[in-house]
Amino acid sequence: MSATIGVVVFPGSNCEHDVAEAVTGLGATARLVFHKETSLGGLDAVVLPGGFAHGDYLRPGAIARFSPIMAAVERFAADGGPVVGICNGFQVLCEAGLLPGALQKNRGLAFLCLEVGLETVSERSALTLGVPAGTRLRVPINHFEGCYTASDEVLAHLAEHDQVVVRYTANPNGSAADIAGISNQAGNVVGLMPHPERASHHLLGSEDGNVLLAALLQRAGQPTTSVPA
Amino acid sequence: MAVFEVLVEVTLRPGIADPQGATIERSLPQLGVSGVSGVRVGKAIRLTVEAPDEGEARRLVHDLCTRFLTNPVIEDATLTVAAVGIA
Repeated sequence: MSATIGVVVFPGSNCEHDVAEAVTGLGATARLVFHKETSLGGLDAVVLPGGFAHGDYLRPGAIARFSPIMAAVERFAADGGPVVGICNGFQVLCEAGLLPGALQKNRGLAFLCLEVGLETVSERSALTLGVPAGTRLRVPINHFEGCYTASDEVLAHLAEHDQVVVRYTANPNGSAADIAGISNQAGNVVGLMPHPERASHHLLGSEDGNVLLAALLQRAGQPTTSVPA
Repeated sequence: MAVFEVLVEVTLRPGIADPQGATIERSLPQLGVSGVSGVRVGKAIRLTVEAPDEGEARRLVHDLCTRFLTNPVIEDATLTVAAVGIA
């Protein structure tokens, strides 16, 4: 039985088909979930994809967090289900309070669309389960508001509880502690600015994103009760 | 019910980097302007609120700011409330 991955579609999402294609290529089944739906029944993992949900009006993610599907995402996350936010999805998870901190405008104010170097840190998150720490990956970023910002206390807490998932090898946007992605304390909710789905085929220039997506599929296949509290 | 016009000014919290403000400030010498510093960029949101009194209007908008209009991790809000009539 292959894992079924739900990909949430907000008005203004634009990476949902890329994510669905990438996880399908790895053997999973993908199902698009419209933001007005209220149930995630039958899904083994949920991805909030990149784009400009609700036009990014007010702040990226600020309106999306009140979309009807988000109550189900919060319950799914609380039950230990794997939830991954990519780029705009990361911003939504921070606005929803499922992940700490915030994403600010890039230092230098450039919209960044380029391939960057990443290094994995945690080996237990939903996106890096079983991936040896220090694994180097080449994955694209595509954002204006990707500068991860949090208080010193939050940054210390993230480091202490193994919640840093991936770091930039050369910080492109001013993110605190070179952070490209983090998880919640349990490790089942992950947000990251880089787009693993855009590095999922050699024709795209890199297949390194498959390392992360394959880890998610492996995690999705496990019973959620195995997630440490 | 009374009617109030509320101005919400959203600013980045002290200590939070403001690349827009810094970029504007760096451009000032090119305009021949000197003696201007501390440039910070925020946003203004105007609301019309019906409430029994000013305190209630202020409480309602403050609650909106906390839950929605600002991200308390990086932003603060100041409110200016003016009574404009009766509903």
